[in-house]
Amino acid sequence: MRAMILKEFRELRRDRRTVAMLVVLPILLLVVFGYAANFSVDTLPTAVLGPAADQLAEAIPPPFEVTDVDTTGNDETAETLLVDGSVVVAVVTGDDPATAFVDGSSLFAAQSAVAALNRLGDRVTVDVLFNPDLITAWVLVPPLTGLILMFIGTVITAIGLVREREHGTLEQLAVLPIGPTAVIVGKIAPYFVLASIDMIIVTVLGVVLFDVPFVGSVALFALGAAIFLFVVLGLGVFISTASQNSGQAIQLALFFLLPQVLLSGMIFPLDAIPWGVRWISYLLPLTYYTMISVGVMVRGAGIVALALPFIVLTVMALVVFSGSVLRFRSALTPRRKEPKPT
Amino acid sequence: MTYGARSLSVRFGTVDALRSVTIELPTGSVSAVVGGDGAGKTTLLRAMAGLVAPDVGTLDRPSQDRIGYLPTGAGSWPNLTVEENMAFVGEAYGASREELGDRTTDLLTRAGLVSARSRLAAELSGGMRNKLGFCLAMLGRPQLLVLDEPTTGVDPVSRVELWRLIAEAAADGAAVLIATTYMDEAERASSVTLLDRGRVVLSGTPDDVIGSLDGEIATTATPRRPEMSWRSGAGYREWWPEGAPDGSDVVHPHLGDLAIVSEIEANGRSLERPEEGR
Repeated sequence: MRAMILKEFRELRRDRRTVAMLVVLPILLLVVFGYAANFSVDTLPTAVLGPAADQLAEAIPPPFEVTDVDTTGNDETAETLLVDGSVVVAVVTGDDPATAFVDGSSLFAAQSAVAALNRLGDRVTVDVLFNPDLITAWVLVPPLTGLILMFIGTVITAIGLVREREHGTLEQLAVLPIGPTAVIVGKIAPYFVLASIDMIIVTVLGVVLFDVPFVGSVALFALGAAIFLFVVLGLGVFISTASQNSGQAIQLALFFLLPQVLLSGMIFPLDAIPWGVRWISYLLPLTYYTMISVGVMVRGAGIVALALPFIVLTVMALVVFSGSVLRFRSALTPRRKEPKPT
Repeated sequence: MTYGARSLSVRFGTVDALRSVTIELPTGSVSAVVGGDGAGKTTLLRAMAGLVAPDVGTLDRPSQDRIGYLPTGAGSWPNLTVEENMAFVGEAYGASREELGDRTTDLLTRAGLVSARSRLAAELSGGMRNKLGFCLAMLGRPQLLVLDEPTTGVDPVSRVELWRLIAEAAADGAAVLIATTYMDEAERASSVTLLDRGRVVLSGTPDDVIGSLDGEIATTATPRRPEMSWRSGAGYREWWPEGAPDGSDVVHPHLGDLAIVSEIEANGRSLERPEEGR
């Protein structure tokens, strides 16, 4: 038994990825759950509109943090600001009582806002937009489509590609007269199609089973999903180039997947995560897909309101996908190197 | 026509995988590369197949679509049937449906795989998988056929069948380059190149290579010089560079003896190893 234990430790010591998992994962989970796993939002970006906006901006107590004051603003302005996602609460003065519009798509922020507004009593009427009953499924289903895209795009694609290496058929592909571009497109296209079909099924099921609203443009949603899919397919290709077998690919994929689930704002609200950890969230593609999917489906946000997540996701897609494909291509085309003359 | 490599050197990091290797591969004949583990056989084959770029030297190869390659480990897709494997590779070579059908039937018949055409490659025996790999490599009617240890781990009957297919490919006009660890197989080739640590130690026809041995080989039950002897069957074989002493049981050397003698010469050390290849 002693020999068995020793052998296991020796093998483990040389398996750097497993050692990294043993060290990094507990630290990651501790940091995330210690700092980020927080459902209560302490500050609520708030717009104050209407004739008494200036006075109210002075008087409004925490957790409301006034970021926008517009004395000419009205109910319509308030709704636009909430659709754009620039504030969570928009208070319109002028009538008595004032009306506080709350963004129901930011579930936990909305819950905090409603609780705080109710403490103000009759001075304010609360109107929760987009998700009036604050149903969790309405804000969870849209990013869930991203998680599914991520799973298929990253894990399944990586396994599909690395299997060619495991079976020794990658070299066979490199020798066949079909060209590296055809090999790469031929390998990735089926996963793109499958992931798209899965995403459509989940979205339709979400709408049918959980009554999740689809307020915005289907085309805009599809565009966001397609861009996100390129990022995750790129990650899958990258993982395959850095792995020798399926086990390694799954292990590496976990490193990419776990932080996305925990830190993308899908489960824990970004506003509740301290900046010491939140900066990681802004490096993750699922964060931007969550903004887009919730924005389009639940709030009906347009391309202008979602310009920032669209731009960041597009840059990520260009960098990750093209970088990974070039890496995979180089594995297929060693013969491009020109020999030196004798 | 002759393909081949001239003064080919390949370096991986700090390791010289091939050092100024020259090999000629005439069409219509089988050329064998032999050598121990790490000798550079696979690197030479991969260079000829276009998978490794030379650091120094030149390669004379046909266009990529006229090269057939069977990598170590069979090179077929395990989750496709025999027929689907053939269809995929055939389409990659741009074969028409009719041409592909004829060629598939012809190759599978010659390889004895017709009855297995609907079976998954993963369900085939090692020998059958290698024969399928061979058929895939032959689909594009290659001018250069590169086979990396196609008979390793294969039962004797399948080995014979594979060699029949290899001989037929050469008879059809292909230049066949085969790496093998079986010396008896190498002796069937038209020419043999013995590699050791990336260098060509010996090359020529099997008879020329065997004839180049300095001294004699004798069999014995108790070797007089362990550093010059090695196990063979129940006894030992012993190399006598200066000629065996009177009374020795001198035998006709085979290619395996040459491989071991060249290693003894290179290392100056004894070899206690089981009989190789015979």
